[in-house]
Amino acid sequence: MTTPTASYRSRVQALVTGDALQRILALGALVVLLLFFSAISPPFRTTDNFTSILVATAVNGILAMGVTFVIITGGIDLSVGTTMTLCTVVLGLTVTKAGLPLWIGLPAAMAAGAFLGTLNGLLIAKAKLPPFIATLGMLNVARGLAQILSDVKPIYFEGNPEFYDVFMGKPLLGIPNVVFVMFGAAVIAHVVLTRTVLGRYTFALGSNEEATRLSGVNVDRWKIAVYALCGLFAGLAGILIGARMTSAQPSVGLGYELDAIAAAVIGGTSLSGGEGSIVGTIIGAFIISTLTIGLSIVGVPDQWKLVITGLVVIGAVWLDILRRRNRA
Amino acid sequence: MPRSRFYGAAAAAMAVAVLVGACGGSATGSGGTGGTKPYIAIVSKGSQHQFWQAVQKGATDEATAKGATITYEGPASESEVDKQLTMLQTALDKKPAAICFAALDSKAAGPLLQKAKDAKVPVVGFDSGVDSDIPVTTVSTDNIAAAGEAADQMAKLIGDSGKVAVIVHDQTSQTGTTRRDGFVNRMKEKHPNIQVVAVEYGAGDPVKSADLAKAVMTANPDLKGFFGANEGSAKGVLNALKETGKENKVVAIGYDSGQQQIDAIKSGVMAGAITQNPVGIGAKCVSAALDAIAGKTLPKTIDTGYYWYDKTNIDKAEIQAVLYK
Repeated sequence: MTTPTASYRSRVQALVTGDALQRILALGALVVLLLFFSAISPPFRTTDNFTSILVATAVNGILAMGVTFVIITGGIDLSVGTTMTLCTVVLGLTVTKAGLPLWIGLPAAMAAGAFLGTLNGLLIAKAKLPPFIATLGMLNVARGLAQILSDVKPIYFEGNPEFYDVFMGKPLLGIPNVVFVMFGAAVIAHVVLTRTVLGRYTFALGSNEEATRLSGVNVDRWKIAVYALCGLFAGLAGILIGARMTSAQPSVGLGYELDAIAAAVIGGTSLSGGEGSIVGTIIGAFIISTLTIGLSIVGVPDQWKLVITGLVVIGAVWLDILRRRNRA
Repeated sequence: MPRSRFYGAAAAAMAVAVLVGACGGSATGSGGTGGTKPYIAIVSKGSQHQFWQAVQKGATDEATAKGATITYEGPASESEVDKQLTMLQTALDKKPAAICFAALDSKAAGPLLQKAKDAKVPVVGFDSGVDSDIPVTTVSTDNIAAAGEAADQMAKLIGDSGKVAVIVHDQTSQTGTTRRDGFVNRMKEKHPNIQVVAVEYGAGDPVKSADLAKAVMTANPDLKGFFGANEGSAKGVLNALKETGKENKVVAIGYDSGQQQIDAIKSGVMAGAITQNPVGIGAKCVSAALDAIAGKTLPKTIDTGYYWYDKTNIDKAEIQAVLYK
């Protein structure tokens, strides 16, 4: 929890040193994991495998970026996974069912995400619903709508074979384009978070919402903007997952929100708000996919993979708490 | 403002009433109280997967043909044992003439099934069935035999030796374990030169399954074949082959159908797949329930069969009848 008594100086300290520390720890953990798996498994240390890890990180990484903004404000968004699904379905409706070109379908999918995000924001900022409840409700609404709109059947992007190539093609270095899309989105997200007014208020909301309000900031509006931005990222993730599956699958997406939150938390974003970074989140997303793929290559049974990934999340949060306690 | 709060509450209450009314209106049958048509409550393992929709279609058509009223419902995912129990309880409360039930967890459903028995409501098990002596019969696919067939076909395709891997949806459900074991055991018994090097669980998610399949290929560059044990897993295998450019180099065998598998089989990327007979499961469920209501004795199990389909027979009428897109 944010301590309202904490001085401005300590808060600045928290933003700079503490946050950076967690990021370094996360990066260290990622490096250790990569070295460890590379050492014990020759197939792991192949370019093809590193490419697989990059591709496997893309969707979760992008979802996690949006979630990072929300968590920094002290909120949570449980609806990103199913919002992503709904966006893919919207893409399917515009492109496959209505036969419109991709350049209309892609923005439509992202707009759908931003729209649901805005609804979340309105529920939280204006109707004063707790973020957990508002977005939990939205999780189900988005899931239901995705199923209604798709008639609970997958929509295949049959008329648009180029869609797969746009995102999964490898014109550069043999790396599929989704990876560059993820890094591009990360750069934009990083700049927005660290160099714009929106970013500044994102941190301000999470550090001390009341103080921000009292200093004359229209808190509600910025909060809505943050949730809308999160929805926009979910829309982008929806496009990528649609490209990978060459279809919109109305039943896929549930559970993705938890991986996204885990990535943000492992990367040092504090669930009590006011702290976090896109760099950390990307590292967190890489840790999750490296673990999943590494453990599978080494041949660890599925049930143990679950235990290990769970322990990593617990460990990351525990470290975060220890760090705070030491600082206090 | 108490006034606006009152209007808000009133509006919310009205919205709920309208929604409930609208949903209630679409449900068929009103319990065993009125009408001459027998009412059969079907509680399935799912409602969203196309396989379950095909079962529903078979059941609905059969009910229409034979003059029965049915309701069909199932939980959103195959791990929601508790939700399924609530559905079974609700079905019992409606006093049906018979119940068709595909248990997610037979033991957990035990007390409710006993209640059905006490109320003299015949229970017909279907799909994975119900592991108890209460059901009058079980309508299902022999998953062990079907997955064994997949193993035999795989052996034939890769020359009866080499490494293969299995991508399964989960290791807790009956279909997941029987298909895995049916495949793996057949390999051990009849094809000793084939090694099953990995069994991975991808939750039936085509993207997660693809990532796992890629990891398996990374660990075993000389892998000769994949068996995807349900539709989502098979899609994952196809996605993985596409992403690694190993289409037509690694043999892919799937399960059930759906557009992507059908296309892949037609184009040759997937060697073939096992299909159950979901429409037949639904239809036989309803006819078995009607027989039970009429007091007829039924065999312990009703096998609805499975088919191996590939490029050569996919367009045949008997296969087309059981495939769904």
